[in-house]
Amino acid sequence: MSFLEVRDIYGGYGGLDILRGTDLTVERGEIAVIVGPNGAGKSTLMKAVFGLVKVRQGRIALDGEEIANQPPERMVRRGVGYVPQERNVFPTMTVRENLEMGAYPRSDDIRPAMDRVFDLFPRLAERQGQPAGLMSGGERQMVAMGRALMMEPRLLMLDEPTAGLSPKFIGQTFDMIRRVNGLGITLLMVEQNARQALEIAHRGLVLAMGRKRYEDSGPNLLANREVAEMFLGG
Amino acid sequence: MEVLQLLVYGVVLGSILTLGAIGVSMIFGILRFAHFAHGDMMTLGAYFGLVFVAGAGISPLAALPLAMGLTAGVAIVVDQTIYRRLRRTQPVILLISSFGIALALRSLIQLVWGPNSEVYRSGIQIPHRVFGLVVKPDHLWIVCGAVGLVVAVHLFLTRTKMGKAMRAMSDNMDLALVTGIPAERVIMGTWVLGGAMAAAAGVFLGMDTRLHPTIGWGVLLPVFAAAILGGIGKPYGAIAGGMVIGIAMELSTLVLEPTYKPAVAFAIMVAMLVVRPSGLFGGRT
Ligand SMILES: Nc1ncnc2c1ncn2[C@@H]1O[C@H](COP(=O)(O)OP(=O)(O)O)[C@@H](O)[C@H]1O
Ligand SMILES: [Mg+2]
Repeated sequence: MSFLEVRDIYGGYGGLDILRGTDLTVERGEIAVIVGPNGAGKSTLMKAVFGLVKVRQGRIALDGEEIANQPPERMVRRGVGYVPQERNVFPTMTVRENLEMGAYPRSDDIRPAMDRVFDLFPRLAERQGQPAGLMSGGERQMVAMGRALMMEPRLLMLDEPTAGLSPKFIGQTFDMIRRVNGLGITLLMVEQNARQALEIAHRGLVLAMGRKRYEDSGPNLLANREVAEMFLGG
Repeated sequence: MEVLQLLVYGVVLGSILTLGAIGVSMIFGILRFAHFAHGDMMTLGAYFGLVFVAGAGISPLAALPLAMGLTAGVAIVVDQTIYRRLRRTQPVILLISSFGIALALRSLIQLVWGPNSEVYRSGIQIPHRVFGLVVKPDHLWIVCGAVGLVVAVHLFLTRTKMGKAMRAMSDNMDLALVTGIPAERVIMGTWVLGGAMAAAAGVFLGMDTRLHPTIGWGVLLPVFAAAILGGIGKPYGAIAGGMVIGIAMELSTLVLEPTYKPAVAFAIMVAMLVVRPSGLFGGRT
């Protein structure tokens, strides 16, 4: 039994299905990366796992438990964190307040979780009184990830964490992702910077037209000429 | 001297407008609609105050917390029975239904308390004379009360989990949902806060003048103007907006007939919407 199992799901935004028989398997402790052309349904797949997009058919199981079509609040409590691609911080709230909101469903002491986030991202500790909206793109991404980490999730889903970042910050962000994975957190992410992402991926998937086309270890996918030509720009 | 005297009146009016505008601004920030029934919630708060002032013989200030609590309760009932069902539709539907609620509340108030004016206290208050200015004791209470409440709102929004969640929802609703913030509970909290502040504004309005079934409706326009001036959705802007509108309305009587006071508020609101729709302090619209 795999940690996350998505079997043959169909679903979308009300009109035509975007996901058409999509499969996805992620093992505990992995970094799994989804790549694929624009509009392939990568973000939609993530939203389906998190319960933001209705799944009409098929099953999604986390650690053996059925989780399809559950409200986000329940997913958060079950140990799944989700960082959307855009608008993923509370801009007028401080870094510290963003992290506090991340822990909203918790009623126990959140300081240990916050200390862990500050250990992971020392930059956030330095700037904890800053409004998140005034920070650089790379720092905002730390806030967004930190917010999701406050619940100490088992699975963290990141939708294009390096979108719009300069090359320097892209490298930093992948480092951060590896450090988060080093804490034992399973990661599922969608990435446009496919080559760099696949380099650190234990598992890579190519999604096109709402279906899985290829699946292999990251380095193997990178070495696959067909995949490289069709999906990684040669 | 006359200008200074008008400034005093302006600050009193500004205090009242501020309390109304905080609710309008927060409700817009979270539910994305202009709450037209806010003025009539102020009226309702004023009359709830009257129940205790006339019935139990306590002062309007002592009745204030009771009026705030009851009005907050009505706000929750209205939200849960009417607005809640409409949340999944477009915001304009909520706006129009709030217009209906405004009329319903006003009719209900007339039905219960009659169409005539009422006063909290008959008899003349002896005004203080401060540096030649006339300051009624009630004016001092209104301003101090408003300052106290604004400080309380500030502490609530910055120190409590619920207050921060309100700011988070107003900042980024989608993210609040995926963060696991319970939206419905926070929306209820917003109505409690908005309703209570509206009631305070209403009681203060009643202390300043006389109670009438349309006192709240009469200041709805300046309240909206204050909220827009401060940047709608930003409760802190509402404080500055309330003061500017209140003072501008009173100062305008130097050159205009007092009946034009709401027109002054309206003119400022329109100018603001044209020039700087995001409010005095910029930011998100
Ligand atoms: N909120 C939405 N409502 C309707 N259609 C959407 C919505 N979001 C995305 N889509 C459509 O779903 C398809 C897949 O989108 P998405 O999952 O965002 O692709 P990707 O992340 O792979 O670029 C696209 O055709 C897009 O137009
Ligand atoms: Mg996408």
